[in-house]
Amino acid sequence: MNSVAIIFSLLIPLIGSVVILLLRKWPNLRDGSIFITSASLFAIVLQLYFSLTAGNKPELQLLEILPGLKVAFIIEPLGMVFALLASFLWIITTLYSIGYMRGHNEQNQTRFYFFFAIAIFSTIGIAFAANMLTLFIFYEVLSLSTFPLVTHSGTDEAKRAGRVYLGVLLGTSMGLQLIAIMWTWSLTGTLDFTEGGIIPSNTSTTIVFILLALYVYGIGKAAVMPMHRWLPTAMVAPTPVSALLHAVAVVKAGVFTIIKVVVYIFGLETLTTKGVNELFIYLTALTILLSSLIAMTKDNLKARLAYSTISQLSYIVLGAILASRWSIIGSGMHIVTHAFGKITLFFSAGAIMVATHKTEISQMRGLGKRMPFTMLAFLIGSLSIIGLPPTGGLWSKWFLALGTLESGQALMLGVLMFSTLLNIAYLLPIPIRAFFAQDESTTTPGIQEAPLACLIAMAVTSTGCIVLFLFPDPLYQLLQRLVL
Amino acid sequence: MNQLASLQIIIPLIAAPVCILVYHPRITWLIATVTSLFSLVIALMLLTDIGDHGVISYAMGGWSAPIGIEFRIDMLNAWMLVIVSGISFFSLLFAYTSIKQEIEESRIFLFYAGWLLCLTGLLGICITGDAFNVFVFLEISSLSSYMLISMSNIPRALTASFNYLILGTIAGSFILIGIGLLYVMTGTLNMIDINTSLATINHSNTIHTAFAFILIGTLLKAAIFPLHFWQPNAYTYAPTAVSVFLAGTATKVSLYVLFRFAFTVFGVEYSFGMMHLDIMLMVMAIAAMIIGSGVAIFQTNLKRLLAWSSIGQLGYIILGISLLNIQGFTASLLHLFNHALIKASLFMAAGCFVYRVGIANTENLKGIGKSMPYSMLAFIVGGLSLIGVPLTNGFISKWYLLLAALDQQAVFIIFIILFSSLLAIIYVWRIVEIMYFEEPTDATRNIKEAPITLLLPTWILVFANIYFGINPQFLTEIAGRAAATLLGTVK
Repeated sequence: MNSVAIIFSLLIPLIGSVVILLLRKWPNLRDGSIFITSASLFAIVLQLYFSLTAGNKPELQLLEILPGLKVAFIIEPLGMVFALLASFLWIITTLYSIGYMRGHNEQNQTRFYFFFAIAIFSTIGIAFAANMLTLFIFYEVLSLSTFPLVTHSGTDEAKRAGRVYLGVLLGTSMGLQLIAIMWTWSLTGTLDFTEGGIIPSNTSTTIVFILLALYVYGIGKAAVMPMHRWLPTAMVAPTPVSALLHAVAVVKAGVFTIIKVVVYIFGLETLTTKGVNELFIYLTALTILLSSLIAMTKDNLKARLAYSTISQLSYIVLGAILASRWSIIGSGMHIVTHAFGKITLFFSAGAIMVATHKTEISQMRGLGKRMPFTMLAFLIGSLSIIGLPPTGGLWSKWFLALGTLESGQALMLGVLMFSTLLNIAYLLPIPIRAFFAQDESTTTPGIQEAPLACLIAMAVTSTGCIVLFLFPDPLYQLLQRLVL
Repeated sequence: MNQLASLQIIIPLIAAPVCILVYHPRITWLIATVTSLFSLVIALMLLTDIGDHGVISYAMGGWSAPIGIEFRIDMLNAWMLVIVSGISFFSLLFAYTSIKQEIEESRIFLFYAGWLLCLTGLLGICITGDAFNVFVFLEISSLSSYMLISMSNIPRALTASFNYLILGTIAGSFILIGIGLLYVMTGTLNMIDINTSLATINHSNTIHTAFAFILIGTLLKAAIFPLHFWQPNAYTYAPTAVSVFLAGTATKVSLYVLFRFAFTVFGVEYSFGMMHLDIMLMVMAIAAMIIGSGVAIFQTNLKRLLAWSSIGQLGYIILGISLLNIQGFTASLLHLFNHALIKASLFMAAGCFVYRVGIANTENLKGIGKSMPYSMLAFIVGGLSLIGVPLTNGFISKWYLLLAALDQQAVFIIFIILFSSLLAIIYVWRIVEIMYFEEPTDATRNIKEAPITLLLPTWILVFANIYFGINPQFLTEIAGRAAATLLGTVK
């Protein structure tokens, strides 16, 4: 029964994508079908979740390409968190996209929804992958399927961005990650995600170090500097895509892969006892600080959010590389809390663009009077990114901070705190000015909000931020099993 | 059962003059296709037979070696026979429609007759165990391939073919000289016999010279960088079906000749131990992989791009041999097959475009994806396979190649392989971008999708690419055993 559910979790988005193509002539039916698809995907993932909490470990082997080289799936806690997140936010993003795409009169909407569904399909594949090869395959499918989304507008700028996007993502994965995978294979003869890791403990420190470097920089989706260039350039995409890229699928696939590699390929012990992670801790800390500083200089709202994402991703990477129990839990939680926070921020940015065609932060003074709901959502999203109550962001930062202390890296605690200050500096002024400053160029007074669909989507995600603050326990219970 | 070996050669050899007698274009096509199918079936039967019972030795005309000609088929030959006849069959399926536009109708019967002779020659090279016989069949295949190329309607095909003729003849003469010198030294032409007598005589300069002549001759025929001059023009201006056929078979068979001579005739000790063939091959492989793929990036004609990409991909094949371990050999032999399949499907996709727009250059391909989506998709899948994305057969050969390199701790080689893959990403993606994003021009806006007779063979091969990427055990087992025979000939 459970292995059937795994098949369905992969098939549903695929079938959905075909249905989208078939219904291209009837936009209302088409959009309706996406809701049905995403809701049923979420339902099936929920069922797998209950099966997991009941103590089962559903598995499914699809193919065996060469002896030991399999395409297989397994349900484990971290993947479950990621799948739940992606499938839930797909529903919300769909709702938002419909409002946004129609409000913005975008072209080629069918193509857009089609590739969106394929991207979700590959995300689920990544989440449930039972070994590194399977994960790699879906990782590449995700890069390829999001390419038409990034270049959706078809302008020269979009094409250039698409080239950078694909160049960095395919370049790093084919150039570095694949070597890492093959090297792992030739060292261990397996690629299965195994508790405690598969790299033998007698492997020389140099090799472990090189392997870790190949993985960290080969997983370009995690956007650790200097592999981050694709993220800001991909901002030319329509806002729902940015939301998908930044909050739901692409970047989260990257950091998810890194946590997977640390926990199931290296094993926490191998990493920490050999001390190979030291250098990477500092490098990710550098990414956290540098990208926060760059974010402060950006006036374009989406660009600022993009650099903020790079910084926040490195929190997760840092947590993974610290390889202590608390930091891994913190990383896993941060995937979720950052997703809710960041998607709220992107939804707001898109809503502002649809309603007022404003993209620069300096134009947004006094906007709070025209778009109070949007700016309120933006405020909640910002609080969650910063990590202040009453939002879920508090918990993930809490565990990450515990993790730095547990692994004796007190300096990293300082980095986290300083970065939090930077977050406040680049995020909070936006809603504050929007509510309290005067709009000099006021033309039309009164409320001018984004389309209703967008507002509902924002309401759900910002509520999500608060719910994560109040009820973090299920998430904690799930992630705790990762490091037992 | 034993007669199978001779039938492999005799059927196409007889079918060729029959084509000339029949004259009718469609019937000659049918004869050629059915003959190729027969050859494929025979090759598969030989392969299974060898799998079960080991090496087959067949004395031609009942005269046993060393007086007569021996056909000696082991796993490696049988593997080559399957590749050659298989590619011939599928490219003939494609030829039926595509040839009509590229060749005058009154010459079509000659075309198929030439095709069958070429097939005979290529199969003959693979099947024979006699060194001089290799040369004879090589000339049969070469002469008929010059003819096939020159038949194209494009005037430049003539110069391309002439170029190929000159260099091909030089290569042929070199091989002949080499074989002649070997005969002088050993007094026999049978490969196994040469090998045994070489072991007993001292390695004189004559032997070294023979080795050098054969090496250069086969490398020239195989279009291994830097001996590739004839290849891009020949593939670009030849009728597309011929490009498919030759790209998949002719150069691969020449490489087979090289391997056969290096391993079976001269022996590993001599070729690799004394003459350091591995170092030579490695240098050439690296140059080919970087320069071939690098030049491909700048091509504006799709067929020329694929031709340059072939030069790069042949680098992978000789790289595997140069790594001198069983995984490397397996990777080489796998890639012989996989690359034949990949390049055939890509040339077929290019042929679909050629059929609709005349010349498949970047100008004519702009925005063509809107009017020819299935051809574009075939090109994309073929391209992904060329890059070596998992779940395609290209990934399997790359996987073995990288494992072989890791086994030798050759980190530098690993980076070269991956760098070359990155170049492949660029040249494939460049074309995809043009087809997908550019605004259609007047030439591409109102054209129709390629006819089903072209799409069907293309997609059969595209699916084969995916099938062998998902389920490669059959291939890896045969390639592994063929690699073992290459090594086994030493001991």
